Amino acid sequence: MKYVSRIAVGPVQFRIGSEWREPVAALDRLYAAYPRDDARPADATVRLFAARPWRRWLRPSVHIGGDFVVPDALPLPLSMGLLAAEMAMNLQVALGWRRHLLLHASAVARDGRALIMSGQSGSGKSTLAALLGEGAWRLMGDEFTLIDLAGGDALAFPRAVSLKNQAIAEVAARVDPARLGPLMTGTPKGDIRHLIPRADAIAAMHQPVRPALLLFPRFGGETAIEPMGEGEAFVRLTEASTNYVALGEAGFAALTRLVREVPAFGISYPDSAAGIALAEQLWAEATQ
Amino acid sequence: MSAADIFVDLLAGRREAATLAPRDWDGVIGVARAEAMLATLAHRLEDAALPPPVAALFADQRAAAKVATAQALWEAEMARRALAPEGIEFVLLKGAAYAAAGLSCSVGRQIGDLDILVLALDIRRAENALLNAGWEWVRSDPYDDHYYRAHMHELPPMIHKARDRMIDVHHTILPRTHRITPDALALVSDAVAVDGGHAVLCPADMTVHCAAHMLADGDLQGGLRNLWDFHCLTRDFAAADTGFWDRLDARADLHGLRAALRRAARLARDLYGSVLPSGWNGQDSGDRWYRRRLLARDDWGRVTHPLLEQAFYIRSHWLRMPPMMLAKHLWTKWRKRK
Repeated sequence: MKYVSRIAVGPVQFRIGSEWREPVAALDRLYAAYPRDDARPADATVRLFAARPWRRWLRPSVHIGGDFVVPDALPLPLSMGLLAAEMAMNLQVALGWRRHLLLHASAVARDGRALIMSGQSGSGKSTLAALLGEGAWRLMGDEFTLIDLAGGDALAFPRAVSLKNQAIAEVAARVDPARLGPLMTGTPKGDIRHLIPRADAIAAMHQPVRPALLLFPRFGGETAIEPMGEGEAFVRLTEASTNYVALGEAGFAALTRLVREVPAFGISYPDSAAGIALAEQLWAEATQ
Repeated sequence: MSAADIFVDLLAGRREAATLAPRDWDGVIGVARAEAMLATLAHRLEDAALPPPVAALFADQRAAAKVATAQALWEAEMARRALAPEGIEFVLLKGAAYAAAGLSCSVGRQIGDLDILVLALDIRRAENALLNAGWEWVRSDPYDDHYYRAHMHELPPMIHKARDRMIDVHHTILPRTHRITPDALALVSDAVAVDGGHAVLCPADMTVHCAAHMLADGDLQGGLRNLWDFHCLTRDFAAADTGFWDRLDARADLHGLRAALRRAARLARDLYGSVLPSGWNGQDSGDRWYRRRLLARDDWGRVTHPLLEQAFYIRSHWLRMPPMMLAKHLWTKWRKRK
């Protein structure tokens, strides 16, 4: 591949190859502050490529691939190359990672313990994690949280946060503009802008923390808290995990332990301030 | 030296893992993943000196492969429970058979669909029994369905609606329209029992099928893995039975597959260092195209000779059906694309 970069996010060393300069240059800027070891062999390989040679220049469209290829993944225009790179990195981790139980969830940590938030796209889990991560919390990640199979600790995957639509203005108002990536408008996921995590979050990304609270946020509607039983939390997290089935008994044991040891709640909230207040309240109750 | 060459050398034991530079591993792992053989390599190098990140990745792969093998054997057991009450005998093929028989090539080997062989006269009953037990058709395209039933050696693929796993039910090991017609009755009647209540092909048939699947039926996709199976099978069977190679030749003659068998043996010798008996050790100028196709991967796991890949694809169809039928088939397929 013509342009290559190597990026380490949490325990995953990526090798990213691209037929265009732009996506790799954009990634290098977003991940400039992350620790870099160019001699370390990669855990996951990402490729950004043109389906036909002439599509490198003529209406360039970026296909994503690597260790795993999803046949029906739609290509993106080169102007959204950074989004293509992000999606490709997520795809390789989602399909290939076997060392930990992988939850599609955001997480933040405080005092050596973790708050894990799982939900569909649009639930606000990313925005809540980003906003908490600008306060007294350490951002662990906005997309994936890793659970150690033997010990049950949570591990961070603090990739650049993918802010969407209204969340962009809300977060941009509070952070140094140097920590924001380029604004991409009109993508299949709406408007997208990346936020570089704070230096302390990157510095601490290898520190495991004990899960203390599980939230299933739902953005919109009146403020509400619903305590959730172990069974429902378990089923929801099996659906939120991309490697639960592949891990077999070890995945079952890790997930069972998580829902037994950690209190879980569904929360509804009309705006971010209310969501943060709920998270802080339930955290105080869970960790006192 | 290409990443594919290094990968094959590591499997063959011609090269020490410790001699690789840290950055060589990306290419080797890329090729291994593209060939669905990363866990195979991880087992082969279990005791080798490896950079810590590679050792950790390989440990992950070994653990995951153990789970995957157990899941594949469970799928075989599910098929047994569906078919046994109907009195339908079946033989496990390929990956599931290697695992059920505890053969060395099954360690870390990826197992895709469950492949089973039944007698042609049982195929309708097998189909019904599986449908009643929760399997369903993957596609409902009438042409494909007709094509499978009229010309292929297997039913259209079925998938289990709860477990999301595919099963391929074969009644022989090459398409009906293939130039070669193996003796399917002999395959089933000489099958041998293994633990778990399953049957697998006898050693010689299993080896002949491995060669046929790789060289007489397919376009050499996944060829390095099939060739590794062949290398391990012949090595282990020959070690247990001094008459194995002769038996193998006789069995290949019975099925009309001697050419495929002998080519597989030469390729396994050239790539993985298989030790062949005298009389098998010839050269064939055509082999180099196969070697080139098998090793056609760059250090990003991409196919490097697209024209050669295309040529082998066309060859696989050429072997599978007579020219007029092939023309009609491709015409129908092309019209459906539009």
